[in-house]
Amino acid sequence: MTAEAVQTQQPLLRVRDLKIRIQMDNGVMNAVDGVDFEIRKGKTLGLVGESGCGKSLTSRALLSINPKECETSGTVAYLSSSEPGAAGKPLNLLSLDPNGRQIRSIRGRKIAMIFQEPMTAFSPMYTIGNQITEAILIHRTRNKKEAKKIALEMLSKVGISDQEKRFDQYPHEFSGGMRQRAMISMALSCNPELLIADEPTTALDVTIQAQVLELMKTLQQEFGMAILLVTHDLGIIAEMCDEVAVMYLGKIVEQAPVKEIFHNPKHPYTKGLLRSMPRLGGNKSKRLDSIEGAVPIPVNMPPMCGFYERCKDRMEGICNAQSVPATQISGSHTVRCFLYSDQHGGE
Amino acid sequence: MLQYTLKRILLVIPVVVFISVIVFYIIQLPPGDYVSNYAAEMSVAGEVFTQEDMDAMRADLGLDRPVYEQYFIWIKDIVVHGDFGFSFNYNKPVLAVIEQYMGLTLTVSLVTMAFQYLVAIPIGIYCAVKQYSIGDYFFSGLSFLGMATPHFLMAVILMFLSYTWFGDPLLGLFSAEYVNAEWSMAKMIDLAKHMVIPVIVIGLSGTADLIRVMRGQMLDELNKPNVVTARAKGLSERKILFKYPTRAALNPIVSTFGWSLTSIFTGSTITAIVLNLPIQGPVMFNALLGQDMYLAGTWLLFMALLTVLGTLISDILLAWLDPKIRTEFRGT
Repeated sequence: MTAEAVQTQQPLLRVRDLKIRIQMDNGVMNAVDGVDFEIRKGKTLGLVGESGCGKSLTSRALLSINPKECETSGTVAYLSSSEPGAAGKPLNLLSLDPNGRQIRSIRGRKIAMIFQEPMTAFSPMYTIGNQITEAILIHRTRNKKEAKKIALEMLSKVGISDQEKRFDQYPHEFSGGMRQRAMISMALSCNPELLIADEPTTALDVTIQAQVLELMKTLQQEFGMAILLVTHDLGIIAEMCDEVAVMYLGKIVEQAPVKEIFHNPKHPYTKGLLRSMPRLGGNKSKRLDSIEGAVPIPVNMPPMCGFYERCKDRMEGICNAQSVPATQISGSHTVRCFLYSDQHGGE
Repeated sequence: MLQYTLKRILLVIPVVVFISVIVFYIIQLPPGDYVSNYAAEMSVAGEVFTQEDMDAMRADLGLDRPVYEQYFIWIKDIVVHGDFGFSFNYNKPVLAVIEQYMGLTLTVSLVTMAFQYLVAIPIGIYCAVKQYSIGDYFFSGLSFLGMATPHFLMAVILMFLSYTWFGDPLLGLFSAEYVNAEWSMAKMIDLAKHMVIPVIVIGLSGTADLIRVMRGQMLDELNKPNVVTARAKGLSERKILFKYPTRAALNPIVSTFGWSLTSIFTGSTITAIVLNLPIQGPVMFNALLGQDMYLAGTWLLFMALLTVLGTLISDILLAWLDPKIRTEFRGT
């Protein structure tokens, strides 16, 4: 599929100018600072970045499930075709009461989520079956028998055998990979339009990782849902995504189709990330490149490029003097760097 | 699970035997015995009490035998006849003395315990959910105050307040006209009225403590990822609160459940003396003072048994509440 074709696919979720501010003792932290992206029906968007760049907060903001300390602004327009009464009309999820009935009817039903640590994401107090049917009982049926039937079906779909017995077991009786499978079955039990996967494989070992990713891909084809994949692992991005948004310090610094990101990266940060990835057939005696320095804490930041301190191509007086606008490189490729900006012509 | 329970119950037996030895040893520790105490009292009253009289009395009460023999006689009578010995102070069998006070002691203790849990758990949950709110600060302040205030002082203050507001300090557990009356509705109401102050005083520090524990546990649980998962599923906040964090936070509360009854029993002694309550605490206190060894010993043994049983109940409850422990027994 060409980049343009991806672009024309109908969007499901359109995020505009998403900001999350957290009041700290020493000032205001702009944890997420004006993020724009779109998630298209049936496609996978990868959100990649280092720890603390705001990618998890961004993904949770879509469902308004961040802690109440997070002041969130911007719009998250949800364009569902199947929403009764509001067909085709975008619904701003951030304008809804975060504890209200309307957002709750979307959580789990239209937009579901899976998490990094499936051990702690399940409660140790209840059986897996209880926790899976819970979502089904809220959104799909009031009949417990029917809910159990759906849950058992879902468990078999994610490759858990002996579902009847597994249904009545507790999370600690499952292995890590099994738990994540169960988590996926729980998230997909209401057939959502969008699955938000927050580092779904980070806590799993590599062979299990591959299995879980494969499973997600298969189920995506079967259910036709979109995926927002939050990860720090570029390998997973290459494997899974149609489009990629690279996040750094609360901002999306580069966004493009997956091939474009890997073959034609523009932003110095993206380039650095790619260089720090081990390559098959690379020179083993050579040390891996790493990006110098550490991520600054975005408290009371002046308007400047957040990557300035660590950037090899920084331009003094430009990059540290004003905030960086997004520049369109091609139809689907945007980058937030003065090197490509018309105003301060770099290349 | 059944096997586990049986095993735990069987383990109680050697523990209790061991405790009985220690108890008997401890009540023998103070110098002198009941007879020398009695003789001292008599001579204060002006009576002449010769060495022969004392020896005769000792022989009569069995106090002239070696300690280990006394112990075995005591134990033998308990096991064979259910006879816990004779209370010298009351001139009655020990069991009769304990029986006389047990009903009210248990009533006061159980009501106090119910009061503690019913008050502390909701307040603990509230304080955690509304952390750093005015309500949280208010209850936290109150609970620290409750922990720091000595029982007897609290008792005196409440008695004073009750006297100035209602004209009655509400001493004891019954008004004078009901003490020897038959049980009736009016007597029950009178008892309930008189229990307010003792229950608050005895239960205060335990309640304060439980509020702190519950609040801390809830704060831990409220930040767990499983709460976020539940939220992402579309559950309402109320349903989440009671199904996930509250349920998980109850475990440590339950695991200390067993000791709280014992601590109420022992912790109420001074309060009972100040408030003139007809319960076991003061009886035990006098038994120790007067070297009424069988009464004191039986009482100590009973307390120990209560602790052991409490722990047993806690463990079984916890095994039943916590799936991780429960499933370990499923296979056996």
